[in-house]
Amino acid sequence: MKLLNEKSKMGSGSFHIRELDIKTNIPKGLQRNDLNLPELSEVETVRHYTNLSRSNFGVDNGFYPLGSCTMKYNPRINEVVAKLPEFNIHPLSKNHKGALQIIYELEKYLCEITGMHAFSTQPAAGAHGELTGTMIMKAYLRKRGEERTTVIIPDSAHGTNPSSVSLCGFRPVQVKSSTSGGIDLDDLRQKMNTSVAGIMITNPNTLGIFDDNILEITKIVHACGGLCYLDGANMNPMLGIVKPADFGIDIMHLNLHKTFSTPHGGGGPGAGPVGVIKELEMFLPNPRVNEKLEFVQTEESIGRIHSFYGNFGILLRAYSYIRAIGPVGLRKVAENAVLNANYMKEKLKKHYHLRYDRICQHEFVIDDSLMPNNVTTNDIAKRIIDFDFHPPTIYFPLIIQGAMMIEPTETETKENLDAFIETMIRIVDEAKNEPQKLKKAPFNTPIGRLDLVRAARKSQLTWCSPET
Amino acid sequence: MENPIDLKYSKDHEWIKIEEDVAIVGITDYAQDKLTDIVFVELPQIGKYVEQYENLCVVESVKSVSDIFSPISGKVVEVNKVLEESPELVNKEPFGGGWIAKLQIRDKADLEKLMTSEEYNEFITGKE
Repeated sequence: MKLLNEKSKMGSGSFHIRELDIKTNIPKGLQRNDLNLPELSEVETVRHYTNLSRSNFGVDNGFYPLGSCTMKYNPRINEVVAKLPEFNIHPLSKNHKGALQIIYELEKYLCEITGMHAFSTQPAAGAHGELTGTMIMKAYLRKRGEERTTVIIPDSAHGTNPSSVSLCGFRPVQVKSSTSGGIDLDDLRQKMNTSVAGIMITNPNTLGIFDDNILEITKIVHACGGLCYLDGANMNPMLGIVKPADFGIDIMHLNLHKTFSTPHGGGGPGAGPVGVIKELEMFLPNPRVNEKLEFVQTEESIGRIHSFYGNFGILLRAYSYIRAIGPVGLRKVAENAVLNANYMKEKLKKHYHLRYDRICQHEFVIDDSLMPNNVTTNDIAKRIIDFDFHPPTIYFPLIIQGAMMIEPTETETKENLDAFIETMIRIVDEAKNEPQKLKKAPFNTPIGRLDLVRAARKSQLTWCSPET
Repeated sequence: MENPIDLKYSKDHEWIKIEEDVAIVGITDYAQDKLTDIVFVELPQIGKYVEQYENLCVVESVKSVSDIFSPISGKVVEVNKVLEESPELVNKEPFGGGWIAKLQIRDKADLEKLMTSEEYNEFITGKE
């Protein structure tokens, strides 16, 4: 596909910029006339962007089982609510009580769903929530007069976990996974001591496994005076069934752009609200909204971590989702997400290697270790695209070689799940009979197999005019 | 590729070669094969001090970003600058031109905890 600059034709521009008619004192030497902006007619411009969008693939196009990302469908009611003219307000305007009520009530709902005592909606993403939570951990320890230096993180964790704790000045210490896919308790006990500020755990973890020992894990950490942080990226299968506070969590974040159906990805705004137990409430970011819809601040707060009160448009969509489906609906979401994942896992384990053969939660991880003819996970993922599906997450979690992490989510029909399963089985047949084909896939896309190695080693990140 | 007999090996798949007080560190052929095509090596800083089995630097492949752990304790005295432009050397010549850093050895006792080529061969066969 050609770039705008490559399609440009001088003089075909759809509008003209008027001559500058205000006085400026930009020195002549700093003025430029050689920006080389593309010139296209209006219809050519519209076609360019429309065609670009048609080459894209999103959850509105088809099945999108990107594990650990919960690429769930975003119900249109969320958009209707977000577009209500009453919410077209500036945070500094006087008539924003309604918006504050949304924030206040959303916090209460999130408390009820997770069992936490209080939430802040300020963090703008999961990793931002992790940083906020770790800062709260630090503030709490300071108040107790303790300087602890490390945070324990399982080897199956999202990469953001060790990054967030490092950014906050802690040293991440890795704890191993056990043979059943949870945390190795012996390794945890060995690494636990009074220099450990806490644990950052994902449960269900990135293998899609709910840790059977979660109560024991949080007990071990608490016994040493540490705090338990939950990366709530995998909240989807627990909605209405398990409250993280009940298994010993002190601080957690939720990804509204995953579990609560707000738009996800593309670099757009997200929301990663952070919840805490009562003892830690005073450390939440300033300001917060109280029941009288006033702003309140605490002295012990870690301070502001986002302009105003977070990405309000996203909070509004999550609020709309919770209200539209209600508590019964939320539980059903979890049940269907788990059912769909287990259905696919049972069907696919006959054809692909499944390291942890047990009941999974919202996702599961298979790998390429049984594939013949050196067919790899990357080849499989590329071939999946030919059948109008988005590939699953690949090569993560790192503890499984050649991982494919499949998360179907709750909204998919059995027909969609079956179509994907059939495709995966067909790819195994191709691996046996036509492995060369898999090595060259995809075929039904505007561009075929990209040279990943060259793209990374000799990356070209800017467009240069052929004339220069 | 054979694992050379004059090197020592760690469980994290790094090798070292002793040249008097200095040790050359790299990753094994097994490691580069598992990592697949390496596209970037974040070389350690000269003068950095690392403990045995601690993070020395990071390599990035098309698949993942992985830590390289130091097989011994010591101070980084030289790094393989060529890898900045040609990270593929780690794939092509893991035991030669793809070396990563030279460390000043602090304690030769560290070496006793490492494997010989024979032990390492056995170690990776057990992994397959």
